[in-house]
Amino acid sequence: MNTQNNTSLTGPELLSHYEDNWQTAMGAWFPAERVVLRGKDLFTELNDYSWMEYILFAVTGKHNPRLAKIIEGLSLLTTSYPDPRLWNNRIAALAGTTRSTGALAVSAGVAASEATIYGLKPIKGALNFLYQAAEKKKQGISIEAIVKEELKAKRCISGYGRPLTDEDERIAPGLRFLAKMDADKGEYLKLAFEIEDYLKGTRYKFKMNIAAFNAATAADAGMTADEYYHTSTIAFIGGILPSHLSTLSKPEGTFYPLSVDRINSTSVTKRSWVN
Amino acid sequence: MSSQDKKDREQITTKIWREEAEPDNPFAATASYCAGYDVYGDLLGKVSFIEYLWLLFKLDPPSKAQVRTLEGLAVALANPGPRDASVRGAMNAGVGGSTHAAALIASISIGAGNLGGAREVFTAMQYWQQCGTDIDSWINIIKNPPLYDTGDVWPEMEHTPGFDPNGASCPKPVRQLLNHLANIEHNDELIWLQSNRLLLEQQAQSPLSFSGIAAATFFTLDFKPEEAEMLFLLLRLPGAAAHALEQERMGWNRYPFFGAGLTLTDDPGPSTKK
Repeated sequence: MNTQNNTSLTGPELLSHYEDNWQTAMGAWFPAERVVLRGKDLFTELNDYSWMEYILFAVTGKHNPRLAKIIEGLSLLTTSYPDPRLWNNRIAALAGTTRSTGALAVSAGVAASEATIYGLKPIKGALNFLYQAAEKKKQGISIEAIVKEELKAKRCISGYGRPLTDEDERIAPGLRFLAKMDADKGEYLKLAFEIEDYLKGTRYKFKMNIAAFNAATAADAGMTADEYYHTSTIAFIGGILPSHLSTLSKPEGTFYPLSVDRINSTSVTKRSWVN
Repeated sequence: MSSQDKKDREQITTKIWREEAEPDNPFAATASYCAGYDVYGDLLGKVSFIEYLWLLFKLDPPSKAQVRTLEGLAVALANPGPRDASVRGAMNAGVGGSTHAAALIASISIGAGNLGGAREVFTAMQYWQQCGTDIDSWINIIKNPPLYDTGDVWPEMEHTPGFDPNGASCPKPVRQLLNHLANIEHNDELIWLQSNRLLLEQQAQSPLSFSGIAAATFFTLDFKPEEAEMLFLLLRLPGAAAHALEQERMGWNRYPFFGAGLTLTDDPGPSTKK
C-alpha cells in the first residue's frame, strides 16, 4: 500500500520525507531482471497486450481490449489527418523543411495539439460538458437551458462548431466504425446528437464536431475526463509524422516560403531610437 | 504571377514587424523594422537586450526605471539553480545526450506548470488584476479561490499562486529580490507587497516565492498575464541551457539516478513463468 499519500507532514518536513524515497504503485524497472506496470509483469503478463491496450492500462489500471480498439479506431479515423497545413502538423512540417529532427518535430506537434480551436482543449472540454449536461438533464433541465447556460459562461460549446468548415466529415465514418464495434447506441452519444439538433435550429447553427462525438463515445465507455485527456495526448501523431516526412523529402526551405511582401505590416512609421 | 494573384495571397498581419525586400531576392529582407525602429541599421549597438525585449512586447521604448526593473527580474530568474525541477529536466536531457533543443523543451515543459512555473505566474497575475493593492480583496481571494473549470487542460491550482506550498519562512534571496525591485522608482505595487508580505503569507499559510514576485513585477510593469507567462518561460532558460551542457560533459554516471530511492508498492515479484 502506498502510505505516502497519507502523510500529514508539511513544508520542509514533507520534502525531507520524500527525499530519495519515491513510493509508487505505478511501475518500475528492476535492472537486468524485470519490469512492472500497475502490479503486472511486462514480460510475462502484459506481453500480449496491444500498444493501445498497454497505454489504456497505464492510464486507467484496467485491461479493456474493446475500448482500446475503439480509441485506436477513432484516433485513426478522426485525428490522423496527414495535411501539413493543419496547425499542429504544420509545425512538424516546418521542422522538416528546416531539417530539424523527427523527435523534435513530433514533440512540438504533440505539444501544439493542446490547442483551443481544435485538439485537446475541446477534447477534454467536450467530455466535461457532456457529463455536466447529462447530470443537469437528469435533474429535469432542458437541453435549451443547458446549452444557453454553457454559452453564457464560456461563449462556446466544446465539441460544437468548427473552424474553416461547419460540416465534420468524420462523423459518418466514425458512426460506421462504432456500429461495427456495437458501440453506437450509448446514452451520451444520443445526448450529443440531441444537443446538435437543438443547436442547428439556433442562430449559432453549430454542428457537432468530432470532439463531441469522440467524447460521447468515451463517456459511454465510462472514462473520466482526465483518463480521456491523457489517452488523447498521443492521438495526433498519425497526422504529425507524415506531415514532417513530406517536407523532409523536398529541397530544404521550400515548404510554403514567404516573400517579404507577404508581411502586412500595421506597424507605426519609421522612427529613430534615442538613448 | 499577376498583380491580382499577388493581391489575393494570404498575408501575415503584424504590428510588431515591417520588412523591405532585397532588390535581387523577394525572400530576403534588406531592412527589418521593429515597432518602427530599424533593427540592424539603428537599434543594433544602441539598444540593450532588455530594452529590445521590452520593445517587442510593448512596441514602445521603456523608461529607465522599467528597464532596471525588468533587468533585475531577468537576472533573478535566469538561473533557478540545479535543484529546480525545470533545470533538472534540462540536465536529464544533457546527461542522456539528448538534443540541445530537447533540454530547453524539457525546461519549458516542466517550468510551465502551476508549481513555481509560468502558469502559476499567469494565475497570480489574474489575482493582481482582480485585487490590485486592496488587502481585503487579497484575503478574500486567498480564502475563496476562483472555481476550477474541470474541462481545462491545466490541473487545478493546489496552493495560493505566488506562494510556496512546501516552504517554511520566506527565503533570503526572495526577500533580496523584492527589496531590490521595491527600491526602484514607480514600483508602487512592489512596495505594497513588501509592506503586506507577512500578512499575505499568513493568509496563504506559505511564504512568498519567486513566481509571486515575478507576477507582481509584471503587473507593476503593466504586462498582461499571457505576456508574463511567456516572459517567465523565456527568462528562466539561460540557467537550464548552461546546466544541461555542464552535465552533458560530465555524463550520466556523475548525476543522480536515485538508484535506491524507489519502492514499488504493488510488486508481483519475480515471475515463475518462462
